[in-house]
Amino acid sequence: MAVSLREYRARIKSTESMKKITRAMELIAASRIIKAQQRANAAAPYARELTRAVSAVATYSNVDHALTTEPASPDRAAVLVIASDRGLAGAYAANVLREAEGLVAKLQAEGKSVDLYVSGRKAEAYFKFRNRPVVKTWTGGSDQPTFEVAQEIGSTLIDAFLAGQELGAEGVHEVHLVSTRFLSMLRQEPQAVRLLPLEVVEGEAKPEPGDVLPLYEFEPSPEQVLDSLLPQYVVSRIWFSMLQAAASELAARQKAMKSATDNAQELIKKYTRIANQARQAGITQEISEIVGGVNALADATAAND
Amino acid sequence: MAENLQVELVAADRVVWSGEATMVIARTVDGDVGVLRGHAPMLSVLTDAVVEINPAEGPVVVAQADGGFISVANDRVSILSAHVLLAEEINVDEARVELEKAQGMLGVDDEAEQRIRRAEARIRAVEKAH
Repeated sequence: MAVSLREYRARIKSTESMKKITRAMELIAASRIIKAQQRANAAAPYARELTRAVSAVATYSNVDHALTTEPASPDRAAVLVIASDRGLAGAYAANVLREAEGLVAKLQAEGKSVDLYVSGRKAEAYFKFRNRPVVKTWTGGSDQPTFEVAQEIGSTLIDAFLAGQELGAEGVHEVHLVSTRFLSMLRQEPQAVRLLPLEVVEGEAKPEPGDVLPLYEFEPSPEQVLDSLLPQYVVSRIWFSMLQAAASELAARQKAMKSATDNAQELIKKYTRIANQARQAGITQEISEIVGGVNALADATAAND
Repeated sequence: MAENLQVELVAADRVVWSGEATMVIARTVDGDVGVLRGHAPMLSVLTDAVVEINPAEGPVVVAQADGGFISVANDRVSILSAHVLLAEEINVDEARVELEKAQGMLGVDDEAEQRIRRAEARIRAVEKAH
């Protein structure tokens, strides 16, 4: 009995220290998430203004650009998966990866071969374990993404896409993005969107085909403006998804760590009860042994008398 | 029609300045452009240079932008750039050191020219602000 009592005490102790760790992680995630949310909000004006500018060009000029042209027969696609670097965030990484798998399966069913681009160590490990070739990975800082990384990812994908425009080249014909959208502290949703070729959402009213376009001056020329505008638009969309993914990761981690802490608390309660029971059982047994011994002694003395 | 221009100076990660202004001067790839009220709709590519905003109230706002765009429509001016620094945020000594370093790299590094342009723009922004 005494052995198991000691065992239970050790278990309570280790659960307690585990609880301390998960509690600390919960608090860290909770404090970081506010910052991550602020960053995502701070990046929104840039994305909004850029979208407005792109839709202005798309609406008021008749220029076609390589990044907006639909390839005639797309048979190669790139998928960028944005996941986390670290686990302990509940089903966060698993959800993104499941969404990515769904998209890959869908693309393959359409007869397209898929190139994977991956951000986050969790996703990297997932594909590595399954021996799936990944074209390029970016790891580190998934909970605090920097604009430079977004720029690098953007230029890599744009280069791959532009290479795909030439016949027979080693490029892709479309680029998809799988990441997590931050809806609220309690809800994060994995989503898959097509990044390239760009579908420009036109905010301003589309002019009739016969209308004369208003005098929107493009300097130096509409082509050149689009040339530098569209890549930045793509980068900004990647950057925005990375910030949302970071906020989602932290929210998911906070939730997971909160339930881990609660579970640890439950476990400690349960173990404490069992330990108390074991202790009481030990005491009861000791008492009954003493009483039995005394009785035996008294019987022996009475028999001698 | 509004009395003043509605100006937003936006970097990738924050809104650097926003408010009402009487005039905005920015440098596009074709040269300096000044925007006043009633300017024709315009979308233009900026170069690494100084952006000047004359607000409706208060002193002139000077900032340095690493490329980007200026878009003007209906008296709304938005200036977008990946990195924007206000003159008071710029460390002149750091910019001078960067300028010297970049000048040393000229011809060796492809990015040296761009770094020189950016460092010079930073120094100019600070000089203009004083």
